[in-house]
Amino acid sequence: MTPSDLQALLPHIVVAATAVAVMLVISFYRNQTVSAVLTVAGLFAAAACLPFVWSAEADAVPPLFRVDPFGCFHIGLLLTASVAVTVFSHSYLEKYRMERGEFYILLLLSVLGALVLTVADHFISFFLGLELLSVSLYVMVAYIFTKKRAVEAGVKYLFLAAATSAFLLFGMALIYAELGTMAFPEIAAELGGGDGLRSPYLLAGTVLVVAGAGFKLSVVPFHMWTPDIYQGAPAPVTAFLATVSKACVVVVLLRFLAAFDSDAVPGLYLALTVVACASMLTGNLLALLQDNIKRILAYSSIAHFGYLLVAFVAGGPAGAMAATFYLVTYFAATLVAFGVVAYLSPSDREADTVADYRGLFWSRPGPAALLSLALFSLVGLPLTGGFMGKFFLVGAGAEARLWTLLLVLAVSSAISIYYYLRVVVAMYSSIEDTPQTRELSEPFAATPPYGNTVGAVQALLALGLLVLGLYPQPVLAMIQSVTRTF
Amino acid sequence: MILLWLIAIPLIGGILAWTAERWSTTAPRWIALAATAVPLVLALTLWDGDPGDFWLAEFETSWIPAAGIDFYLAADGLGLLMVLLTFFLGVLSVGISWNTVPSRPGFFYFNLLLILAGTTGVFTALDLFLFFFCWELMVLPMYFIIGIWGHENRNYAAIKFFIFTQASGLLLLIAILGLHYAHAAETGVQTFRYGELLGTELAPGLGMGLMLGFFVAFAVKLPAFPFHTWLADAHTEAPTAGSLILAGLLLKTGGYGLVRFVVPLFPEESAAFAPVAMALGAIGILYGAKLAFAQTDLKRLIAYTSVSHMGFVLVGVFAWNAWAVQGVVVQMIAHGLSTGALFILAGGIQDRLHTRDLNAMGGFWPQAPCMAALALFFAMASLGLPGLGNFVGEFLILLGSFQVNVVATVLAALGLVGATVYSLWIIQRVFHGEPRESKGLTDLSLREITILGVLAAGLLGLGLYPKPVLHMSEPTVRALHETAPPPGAALATGQPENPVAHAVPPNERVPTDP
Repeated sequence: MTPSDLQALLPHIVVAATAVAVMLVISFYRNQTVSAVLTVAGLFAAAACLPFVWSAEADAVPPLFRVDPFGCFHIGLLLTASVAVTVFSHSYLEKYRMERGEFYILLLLSVLGALVLTVADHFISFFLGLELLSVSLYVMVAYIFTKKRAVEAGVKYLFLAAATSAFLLFGMALIYAELGTMAFPEIAAELGGGDGLRSPYLLAGTVLVVAGAGFKLSVVPFHMWTPDIYQGAPAPVTAFLATVSKACVVVVLLRFLAAFDSDAVPGLYLALTVVACASMLTGNLLALLQDNIKRILAYSSIAHFGYLLVAFVAGGPAGAMAATFYLVTYFAATLVAFGVVAYLSPSDREADTVADYRGLFWSRPGPAALLSLALFSLVGLPLTGGFMGKFFLVGAGAEARLWTLLLVLAVSSAISIYYYLRVVVAMYSSIEDTPQTRELSEPFAATPPYGNTVGAVQALLALGLLVLGLYPQPVLAMIQSVTRTF
Repeated sequence: MILLWLIAIPLIGGILAWTAERWSTTAPRWIALAATAVPLVLALTLWDGDPGDFWLAEFETSWIPAAGIDFYLAADGLGLLMVLLTFFLGVLSVGISWNTVPSRPGFFYFNLLLILAGTTGVFTALDLFLFFFCWELMVLPMYFIIGIWGHENRNYAAIKFFIFTQASGLLLLIAILGLHYAHAAETGVQTFRYGELLGTELAPGLGMGLMLGFFVAFAVKLPAFPFHTWLADAHTEAPTAGSLILAGLLLKTGGYGLVRFVVPLFPEESAAFAPVAMALGAIGILYGAKLAFAQTDLKRLIAYTSVSHMGFVLVGVFAWNAWAVQGVVVQMIAHGLSTGALFILAGGIQDRLHTRDLNAMGGFWPQAPCMAALALFFAMASLGLPGLGNFVGEFLILLGSFQVNVVATVLAALGLVGATVYSLWIIQRVFHGEPRESKGLTDLSLREITILGVLAAGLLGLGLYPKPVLHMSEPTVRALHETAPPPGAALATGQPENPVAHAVPPNERVPTDP
């Protein structure tokens, strides 16, 4: 470890140190707000290190990490999202009478895992990061242990994620056995010979690694866990699951797949195409059948990562650029949506059925407008970031002439409009329509009015969505500069 | 710069109207009126420009250079006519909803003005990305207008409208991007500019695919025959101002798109596809007329007449000679005025009687003579009575298409018979016959008479003296024909000196440019 290596890993070190600090503070002084403030301060401090990391001369910390601008961009993105999740968690946990400080230690540890993944350049760091992320998440999902669903979701996640880790490890072992290396650049060099996946072991290993990543991204056929766990987990944790824990896997998968030339391994790209089509259609069709907004968002996230795979299949700088931009817009929209759910949830249950949102626009215009904006962005309507995201995604696909994928994308996102609009229709339907609405929206009376930190964070995220939709040039130029190496 | 204001004023006005709702229930409509009237006046100032200069106004600034996207607006004669129609109907739609918006007037006018801004963008954008942006921008506010302020079955109609337009919009997006990358592969220049994308060499299969992507998107909006099913629901359930905007403006964006983009960008593919498109148009004319005749819901009946009328647009665009394209322009304007007026009348009846059922109507003439007389006037316009705007449009289209496709023209002409039947049917059912229960039926108010009177004057003007309109659009048509030559142009020994001149009576001859 040289000083410049330490400098390159500064954000990771700050986040790890914050986790230790929160733990120490809790053992002397228990106060949720103090823990949360400390967490946010640590995340900001880590983000403040980014300019030094970006300018660091040695951008790689071989052999485990590769701290390049692409990684730095995603570190910034993940830290921003984590700050939002922390703020949502604080107001959410305020409603529960239980030990709450430990939540932030877990949150920081899983953020650390995610940050490790964004700079992972080696199977060891890949696996370490993934485990660090997952193990903390098992507990976070089941954190409100007084709720049956939460415990059920936690156990489910534990079993499935552990099984996936086994797949992943086995796949890594197979690739190592065949190539004798676990570092991505060396794997790329070995595969660069042009004979592609020359042995069945190598093929099986690659498929297993991609399957392991596919589980985290919850693409079909590894999507079964998503709705139950999204529904059972506390809303802020769901927001974390839907954004941070997925984006870091996208990054590592982009790095890993960059080693595979689509001409050399057509089979792999065919498989990705099939997975993408299946995810888009399955996610959107199953979402039509849901009445629970968290399950709707779960299925929609399956579909959205199907869209994202279009950029993976397209590959090259355009594909990486489109995938990154799409992630940014998806982050903002998803965080706003789950933020509203977390904010509106009373202490005895989650405000997650579509009926809960009836007439919300007339009774609580603030949250309703934010949720509408988030949903419109997920649909991909203009003025919101989702429109631009979808535009660049389709652009990457059109450049690579993936007409089949694009047609499936068009058809499936037309289907998706229906279930997003169901929520919107509920929010804008007048309260007089149903006599029981007053009773249904009763719990919302208990929630504090906007104007607090949660409202400010959500307003900022919503503003970000609008800026991304109206003037994406600065963000786009930055993403283009960091994805040039693909 | 004026073009930017034409988009900005409705946007700013919309936001102001929404915020003004907090402290006044009447302020939003005054703001909305100002935000539609001022752009109308601004757009009228462009009329002085010599259409021979081609671009009457331009505005250009960099937007997303990283992706080769410019914010490029420009209006030629055709664009200006459409923009004028937009704000003309915009003022009237504010007027017609003056005291009929029961709840949330600020949000209503916000949506209305957002649609007008989007429509203006569609008619003036010359960067294909910007065009698509505005194209999609029109959809959501319309969805809200139908979904919040519509009639009984509003949610179904609003969602159907939204899904149809979004799905076809995605095809348009794919086609635009496909064209963009085909052009980039050919020239190495990343651009979405219409002017530069014209004349891109495309592989035959790819070109046909991209052309169909554009065609389907515009055919859904138009709506052309197999894609028309959303229209009746949306028109029927929308509030009166919404129906007026839908029929008057949103449908025109489809026709505009066909004229501006489909044929010029893909001349060979369009020529190959023309027989199919003209057949679809002819089917739409007859089928729309038949469906209109079979309705018992007054607004649904009028909605299906739109399918019939817009079939003429489809026939005219793909006939693609000067007569037909000029006819398309006139037909779009005339249909916007006449069908808009019929929807205002139907909305007026519904406001008074709370029904749209034709079986519950009849013999209303004595109680509402003004309404009846005006309805007769607009029904006559709709059936294509000479002297009114629709006649000029349909006549020019048939004149043009006869030289290209006799069968389609004959079928389309039969649609005029159908139009006569359903137009008179409206009058017959509503105003003649046995007097029905008509409690609450009062004659038109002064506000309504003024609005309908303006529309009637417009139709009369267009029918008796269409020269200014034809003169305004003529340079555009000529320029479009230079890009995509009309059928048979290669055989003729040069263009006739002014094709439009043959289509209008001698005393209204368009002066030829020196």
